[in-house]
Amino acid sequence: MHELGIVKHVIQTLHDVAKEHDVRRIGSVTLEVGEVSGVVTEQLVDCWNYFREKDELVRGAPLYIETVEAVTFCTACEGTYKTVPNGKTCPLCGSTETYLLQGNAFSIKQIEAELNTDPPQNA
Amino acid sequence: MIRTIELKETVTASNDRDAAELRRELTARGLFLVNLTSAPGSGKTTLISRTVSDLIGRVRIGVMEADIASDVDAKKIAALGAASIQLHTDGMCHMDAGMTRAGLAGMPTGDLDVVFLENVGNLICPAEFDTGAHVNVMILSVPEGDDKPLKYPLMFQKSDALVVTKTDAAPYFDFDFAAVTRRARALNPGIAVFPVSAKTGEGMRAWEDWLLAERKRGRHA
Repeated sequence: MHELGIVKHVIQTLHDVAKEHDVRRIGSVTLEVGEVSGVVTEQLVDCWNYFREKDELVRGAPLYIETVEAVTFCTACEGTYKTVPNGKTCPLCGSTETYLLQGNAFSIKQIEAELNTDPPQNA
Repeated sequence: MIRTIELKETVTASNDRDAAELRRELTARGLFLVNLTSAPGSGKTTLISRTVSDLIGRVRIGVMEADIASDVDAKKIAALGAASIQLHTDGMCHMDAGMTRAGLAGMPTGDLDVVFLENVGNLICPAEFDTGAHVNVMILSVPEGDDKPLKYPLMFQKSDALVVTKTDAAPYFDFDFAAVTRRARALNPGIAVFPVSAKTGEGMRAWEDWLLAERKRGRHA
């Protein structure tokens, strides 16, 4: 259950960010998830929906996920191609001496938040 | 009022900070932490057992065995007389810096020079979480095949050394040592590669010398 640990780390990171930016409450969180990051996004959302109710800072905040396409570079023909339909074999020249350029990363792109310095919403 | 804050912060950022802090503390205490990762069944425990036996009297080694549930591995290590502890990750597929710190608190670290952290048998998640170790060592066994670097590139990129175990089984498998080295170095030019057989002892010396040299060199300092 990789996603459980990841959500715990996301929330820990959000607490650090909140401290740094003087955030009172987080309204939404947007993640960038690479196609081959190994993260199952449905499970990630399920874990998020469970944990967000246990944490004051992110309670009720929706999790948005933006997928980043995986792209592989071929060292033989120096071409690039889409990783997911082709895997490690270059569709241009057939070489397997290839490496991933992007698509395995996983990051918090942005959050929507209320700062402590903002006036209370229902004031 | 709701405002948008751009972060582009990696999910593992908080763990990366914890890990860097733990590494500094261990360096200050003179304790060398080695993170071992591999697929299940690669022979991690056997490699550790042999290394511990070979180095008795030269360095004091402790072992932390991370596993989802059992304590089979810690018992094997304890049988050698080395300090060992079994860490249960409660279903989590990797060790992070906080869990490593908690595990070390349960070890007699004042009497140890080196601690091996045997990470959960998995080549994906442990690659993404820095444990605070000074060196990361990946273990690949001959039966797994020489194409592992193509399948799990991140783990090869994050490892300082690759130990290829079960070389005594090489005659039965089409394992190409040159190919695995080439593929690993394409991902990570600095990676040290050690073919070993913990069963026959072949190649163990080079791996152990590297380990002792890394510790002495204070690469971690």
